[in-house]
Amino acid sequence: MGRNLGLVVALVLLCLVGIITAGDTFATGANVLTILRLAAVIGVVSIGMTFVITGGGIDLSVGAMVALASVWATTLATQQMAADFHWIFMVSTALLVGSACGLVNGLLVAYGKIVPFIATLAMLAGARGLAEIISDRRTQIISVNPFVDFFGGSLIGVPVLVWLFLIVAALGWVVLNRTTFGRRTFAVGGNAEAARLAGIKVQRHTVALYVLAGLCCGIAAVMLMARTTTGSSTHGQLYELDAIAAVVIGGTLLSGGRGTIVGTVFGVLIFTTLNNVFTLNNLSISAQSVAKGLIIVIAVLLQQRLAARGSTP
Amino acid sequence: MSARSARFLKTATLAGLTSLALIACTSNTPEAKKTDGNATQAAAGSGSNDAPGQKVKIGFSAPAADHGWMGAITKATQAEAKKYSDIELIVAEGTNDVNLQISQVETFINQKVDAIVLLPFDGAALTPVAIKAMEAGITVVNVDREFDSTFAARTTILGDNKGMGISAGTYVCQEMKGKKDAVIAEIAGIDSLPLTQARSQGFKEALADCGLKVNNRVAAEFTVESGEKAAANLLQAAPKIDAIWNHDDDQGVGVMAAIKNSGRKEFFVVGGAGSANVMRDIKAGNTLLKATVIYPSTQGADGVRLARLLVQKKALGDLVEVEVPRLVQLYAPVVTKDNVDQYLPTAFES
Repeated sequence: MGRNLGLVVALVLLCLVGIITAGDTFATGANVLTILRLAAVIGVVSIGMTFVITGGGIDLSVGAMVALASVWATTLATQQMAADFHWIFMVSTALLVGSACGLVNGLLVAYGKIVPFIATLAMLAGARGLAEIISDRRTQIISVNPFVDFFGGSLIGVPVLVWLFLIVAALGWVVLNRTTFGRRTFAVGGNAEAARLAGIKVQRHTVALYVLAGLCCGIAAVMLMARTTTGSSTHGQLYELDAIAAVVIGGTLLSGGRGTIVGTVFGVLIFTTLNNVFTLNNLSISAQSVAKGLIIVIAVLLQQRLAARGSTP
Repeated sequence: MSARSARFLKTATLAGLTSLALIACTSNTPEAKKTDGNATQAAAGSGSNDAPGQKVKIGFSAPAADHGWMGAITKATQAEAKKYSDIELIVAEGTNDVNLQISQVETFINQKVDAIVLLPFDGAALTPVAIKAMEAGITVVNVDREFDSTFAARTTILGDNKGMGISAGTYVCQEMKGKKDAVIAEIAGIDSLPLTQARSQGFKEALADCGLKVNNRVAAEFTVESGEKAAANLLQAAPKIDAIWNHDDDQGVGVMAAIKNSGRKEFFVVGGAGSANVMRDIKAGNTLLKATVIYPSTQGADGVRLARLLVQKKALGDLVEVEVPRLVQLYAPVVTKDNVDQYLPTAFES
């Protein structure tokens, strides 16, 4: 928790501002759930992004993958299958589509030797275009009620969406910090050549990281489908920027080799709480963007200090 | 709100205050209307409605202002709310992310606002949370993009996309004066959007009425550079044109640039949406722009006014009906040099 101290302080400060300026609404259970529901979708995307960035890559296509997965999982054919058998068809379609896009990203980066920025930029354009073709740019409404009822509902007073976020975050933490896979991710991101000499199959590992990011996008697509009862090629716009911002202010190094799931979760919560506080106080639309920009700059400046200290022990 | 009634607002408010002193503020009795009618002609009937009443807390959310028209929506809404001392308007950040817009509406529900005026990025996607707001007892006014459930809003305010096409087509017919072999061109917006299809359908039907058809049709994407590209292609494809209807005045900036570059002058251009710079060009009369058809950018402002009436349980001034209507569809008038002064004050800057 030590290295996340700055984030905790920032979040506590934000909450204090919220309580002081709009206490009667801010400090209610309903409002906390509102913040968490907003954080859930982008949070799951950000967990996947944390893995890719820690492994020395970047994924610009997350928003487009969310859109494509949401569209593919809500086509008439998929919904018919879901209505006839079980909504699990829609969920598995979304997860498969997300993972498949991630696989393409990973293969292009690891074996095609295309820099991640370009490979995933291509996927950004391609996946959203494909989503537009499949949906004919129309919003596809979900008529499978059991699906909406399940994911839109609550378990023990907490929305299912928030549970999903918690589960993905917890699994992400365990995988990154307590498994060989996680240690290899740090090694590949820190120094790919050294990792290869140490016997790690760097290419295969890189592919796995992108598939993981795609899978997270599939999960986020399911959550967004439940929240909006639609699938659309316009879903997930600019999620890549939101996710990268959350990951970076969380303390994960953009150059790879260092990453923190807890930091990412805090990063997402800081942005969504900021949003909530600004809306509650009716503050100017543009001031909010300025505040976001400032937070990112301050976080990265701090991070550079830390990195500099780390490299000269 | 028309220009004239804006000018008379002060008087109207004064008149309203007078009637407030005489009668209870929520009164809709004929006597109240009579008092107003004596005070000023322009605001007749709306005088008692403009009188400050019960405080109304309204939440407003719209998509990102990435287009002149959308930016004008929020500006006009804020300006309108400022005119009423009994309105507290809460404006959420404009966003194209439905996830964020949903959470904004949830925040409004938590804040226990009286009404929500919502221009959804995607009508279908915002429907569930709008229903939730209605169930929480909040008056929801839906603007421009329709929800897919009637339970999601008390009142809906829409523009008239097909009407735009009909207005533009009718104007072109008038100007062609029975010329049967006239070459008509159309520069549409984003082609796969239902609103573009409705505009084109209306244009086609109105032209058919006078025996004309669309000879050349291209589609742009509501942006300046796409308008320039589409118009340049069109001018290449058609050596002689009599009239062009361009769906959108924002992309129209690019369209006019392409026309200027080509040096062609044998046709006239009708715009769409109704931006202020296009209206100024029409007024000046020194370009090929002869007319534009309006898609009102004051829909959000109207939404705020209706939300206020609904919460204060007042009727729409000039209707006999004691409830605010379920659906208000705005008109798409043709703006020419003759009537441009009437529309210029409410036009949007693109």
